[in-house]
Amino acid sequence: MKVLKDLYYTKDHEWLKVEGNEGYIGLTDFAQDSLGDIVYVELPNVDDEFEKEEAFSAVESVKAASDVYMPVSGRILEVNEALLDEPALLNEDPYKNWIVKIELADLSQLDELMSSEEYEKYLEEEV
Amino acid sequence: MRKYDKLIFHLSREGRKAYTLPKLDVEEVSIDELIPSEYINDEELDLPEVSEVDIIRHYTNLANKNYGVDTGFYPLGSCTMKYNPKINEDMVQLDGFKNIHPLQPEETVQGALRLMYELDQALCEISGMDKMTLQPAAGAHGELTGLTLIKAYHENRGDTKRTKIIVPDSAHGTNPASAKMAGFDVIEIKSTEEGLVDPESLKAALSDEIAGLMLTNPNTLGLFEREIVEIAKLVHDAGGLLYYDGANANAILGKVRPGDMGFDVVHFNLHKTFSTPHGGGGPGSGPVGVKKKLMDFLPTPTVEKDGDRYYLNYDIPHSVGRIKDFYGHFSMMIRAYTYILMMGKDGLNRVSDVAVLNANYLASRLKDYYNLPDNTIYKHEFVMAGLKLDLPEVTTLDVAKRLLDYGYHPPTIYFPLIVHEALMTEPTESESKETLDEFAEVLIKIAEEAKNNPELLKEAPHYTPVRRLDETRAARDPILKYEG
Amino acid sequence: MYPYIPNTKDDERKMLEAIGIDSIDELFKDIPENVRLNRELNLNPSMSELEVSRYLTKLSQKNKSINQLTCFLGAGAYDHYIPSIVNHIVSKSEFYTSYTPYQAEMSQGTLQYIFEYQTLICNLTGMDVSNASLYDGGTALAEAAFMAANITRRNQIIISKTVNPQYRQVLKTYGHLQQLEIVEIEDDGGVTNLEELKEKMSDKTAAVIVQNPNFFGIIEDLKSIEEVAHSEKKTLFIASMNPISLGILKKPSTLGVDIVVGEGQPLGISLQFGGPYLGFIATKKEFMRKMPGRIVGKTVDIEGNVGYVLTLQAREQHIRREKATSNICSNQGINTLAAVVYLVTLGKKGLREVAVQSAQKAHYAFKQITKSGKFKPLFDKPFFMEFAVTSDISPSEISKKLLSENILGGYSLEKDYPQYKNGVLYAVTEKRTKGEIDKLSSVLEGII
Repeated sequence: MKVLKDLYYTKDHEWLKVEGNEGYIGLTDFAQDSLGDIVYVELPNVDDEFEKEEAFSAVESVKAASDVYMPVSGRILEVNEALLDEPALLNEDPYKNWIVKIELADLSQLDELMSSEEYEKYLEEEV
Repeated sequence: MRKYDKLIFHLSREGRKAYTLPKLDVEEVSIDELIPSEYINDEELDLPEVSEVDIIRHYTNLANKNYGVDTGFYPLGSCTMKYNPKINEDMVQLDGFKNIHPLQPEETVQGALRLMYELDQALCEISGMDKMTLQPAAGAHGELTGLTLIKAYHENRGDTKRTKIIVPDSAHGTNPASAKMAGFDVIEIKSTEEGLVDPESLKAALSDEIAGLMLTNPNTLGLFEREIVEIAKLVHDAGGLLYYDGANANAILGKVRPGDMGFDVVHFNLHKTFSTPHGGGGPGSGPVGVKKKLMDFLPTPTVEKDGDRYYLNYDIPHSVGRIKDFYGHFSMMIRAYTYILMMGKDGLNRVSDVAVLNANYLASRLKDYYNLPDNTIYKHEFVMAGLKLDLPEVTTLDVAKRLLDYGYHPPTIYFPLIVHEALMTEPTESESKETLDEFAEVLIKIAEEAKNNPELLKEAPHYTPVRRLDETRAARDPILKYEG
Repeated sequence: MYPYIPNTKDDERKMLEAIGIDSIDELFKDIPENVRLNRELNLNPSMSELEVSRYLTKLSQKNKSINQLTCFLGAGAYDHYIPSIVNHIVSKSEFYTSYTPYQAEMSQGTLQYIFEYQTLICNLTGMDVSNASLYDGGTALAEAAFMAANITRRNQIIISKTVNPQYRQVLKTYGHLQQLEIVEIEDDGGVTNLEELKEKMSDKTAAVIVQNPNFFGIIEDLKSIEEVAHSEKKTLFIASMNPISLGILKKPSTLGVDIVVGEGQPLGISLQFGGPYLGFIATKKEFMRKMPGRIVGKTVDIEGNVGYVLTLQAREQHIRREKATSNICSNQGINTLAAVVYLVTLGKKGLREVAVQSAQKAHYAFKQITKSGKFKPLFDKPFFMEFAVTSDISPSEISKKLLSENILGGYSLEKDYPQYKNGVLYAVTEKRTKGEIDKLSSVLEGII
């Protein structure tokens, strides 16, 4: 399972890349692999606001469906519309193909997330 | 057999006609004198024009692409695909049953009301409950109804804290979906290693926020919940109610009744236990039975008797209201009641005897080739955890597809979720020993193929009209109708 | 021995031996003694086909069917002509004894007719997508309301009282489960009260629901209602429609309807004392993934052959569990097939003719019945094939007199609409003859 360094990770297999007080959120390699061929990605609207751990998106495959949760609280700045036409992009490269870009509401919440090493360990032990 | 690939729309030709109607015999008035022209659709309807010959050939060819219980064995766990007796179909065609309008004056439909009343009584006796509503249209609808009753019961007591329903992780998907639809939050509890409800997990989950627990007994692994009396007591002591999902009732007919096990509300699937046909997906029928404490909440109307007169009762003090139009799936009730009359008390008792015997026999024939726990008594179904041989590339899906080549409908796959690579199998009492032997032999052959020649499984099926349909494509770019 | 249980005592013996136990009782020993039934079920003993058939035939003969009574009763279920071919096709056991088509390779017959059904519903309504059916008109309406609440994230539903009272009752029961606020709008001379609708609309409104033709048989001005419904940006416009009326009335897609629902019983399904019937739902492409129930899609297999599968299953209960769009696990299967066969048998010209004949005959009946002034029209609005009249005579008396002449009269309105005391709703379909209609009006005329 591919795990990129310099990203934050959650127990629900989301990743977060932070640039200042903005960030990109996506699914990890483990998540896309578990889901199988992704057939649909439900995107929120720009300017929607969500709390940490609130579901902001949903990803469907043929045999499963999964909510995607905010790693931190924030406001949606951009959504990756390419995913609407080509949901398979999430399978092809889950780190390159982000789902949303957000403005973080509370940078201190980053302390509660896992580092790439912690996430790798989590994958080995828990999952 | 010729390959047949057409849609009915491909057969349409201008001017073809399959219907006849008498000429209009009242004086014809111009249509726009009857209905304002701005409401009228001037265009031709977008429907095909075909002859009766076209229609019969088309649907006969489609039928030939289908498999039914009348074709062969359907070992689907949790579905109880038993034989659909033909007398049931004849009774449904009786003019006095088929051609009566639901809103006719009651004195003109006493026979129908009486049938419903007698079915109600029979199902109460079989379930150990006090009163049924025959209104729910299907099992899932029955669940929704039962949960609605539980909700009403607590609300009526002024207890608004009970917002949660407990469901075991082995439960059928409709259980949590119905609970959610009924406005509850769902708490899932983990099963024991054996797959049974863990009284400790249950105790930990119980509180004054719990409205009830949904269970099926035997459970989806075909195992009887031996601790059911303790489970019932735990739930009741915590102030909750106990719901019985009747999907597996075939295993216990005449042996034990949900009402006697402590359940407060029950649903039956007439299309499972009581032999009504599955119809390619429906219609089903999911009557719900309740104990006295819930009778005041039943949906309106129920069917009651006053001397010799049968009537529809709308006077239910705290009724939850209607859960569907009219009174339920009457034609399914006719079929189920015909079955109960034919089988009688002795026949129904024999049903569970043989359903359980068949399941245990089939399991005993397969246990050396597929993963089954040792020394287990099953009820009417059992779940194999894939092939015994450790072949990670050969999945349950491959086994299922290879079964199609041998002309069998596969068992239920990948359910229950708590069993890895699950193959859930329910033979029912309709199958003979020879059928079970043949099926076992095929499954054993497939296990051997998996070891020596796995491509046969991975590339299966080979002989069906279509092979391994691309479901990803169907979900990514849905084409849900013919565009011409 | 029972005809549906092949295994004999001899088979039983061999099987017990193979398992390694002495009797079937051992397979039930894990049932605690204190819950066991330990007695026979208190039911009849098993019977023969002749005995069962005799008994049930007798019961059926205690009913009067619409072959013995001339039916002028509608109010949600209708006596239309069902072509002979329908019964022959739905009786094919490969269709009716088959299971839900989860294993697509063995169920192409079922999947294909559902695909045809979805196509026909879309063609009839003009909408983009349809599902494989729901239980009936009432629950379809409730599911549409849930859909709207889900899509708009609002919880108020405004519904006209001219919608079938049973549908409104079902909506109320369902709505209570999810804490929807159901606001009912009074009728205004038999149609939806536009002023009241304008007043009640707000940014809390998830959907406005009307029926067309409405419960009184009247054709509503959907265009005007739609303008009000969509005056609030997100609010959805839901219409419950009679499928036969779509043989002549404008398609809901051309009138701005977002979700169409309805009762498909008139499409080749017998009256059967109320069920099973057929709920249909169709909507715009953008709401496709929010639709409840089963959906069939077209695809190809590994050899490039066209095939059909259940699709978008990730919305459904068996995958999404508590996050499913609905708990529904079935469709109406064989009833769906009946509707398909009916629609293709009548076809382009036939459905129109059924609609036109029904309208012509209903208007002729209306004229005959109201001719003398003894019975007055309850409303002054255009109708399709049902109409309401009122008089000084109580509906129960009318019903009794008609029954004595083997006529099944109309529906008494006062139970659901107390303001229309003595109002009776008559339905006239293409099946009725001039003679039957003349007899109805003369018997009515003769009541004192």
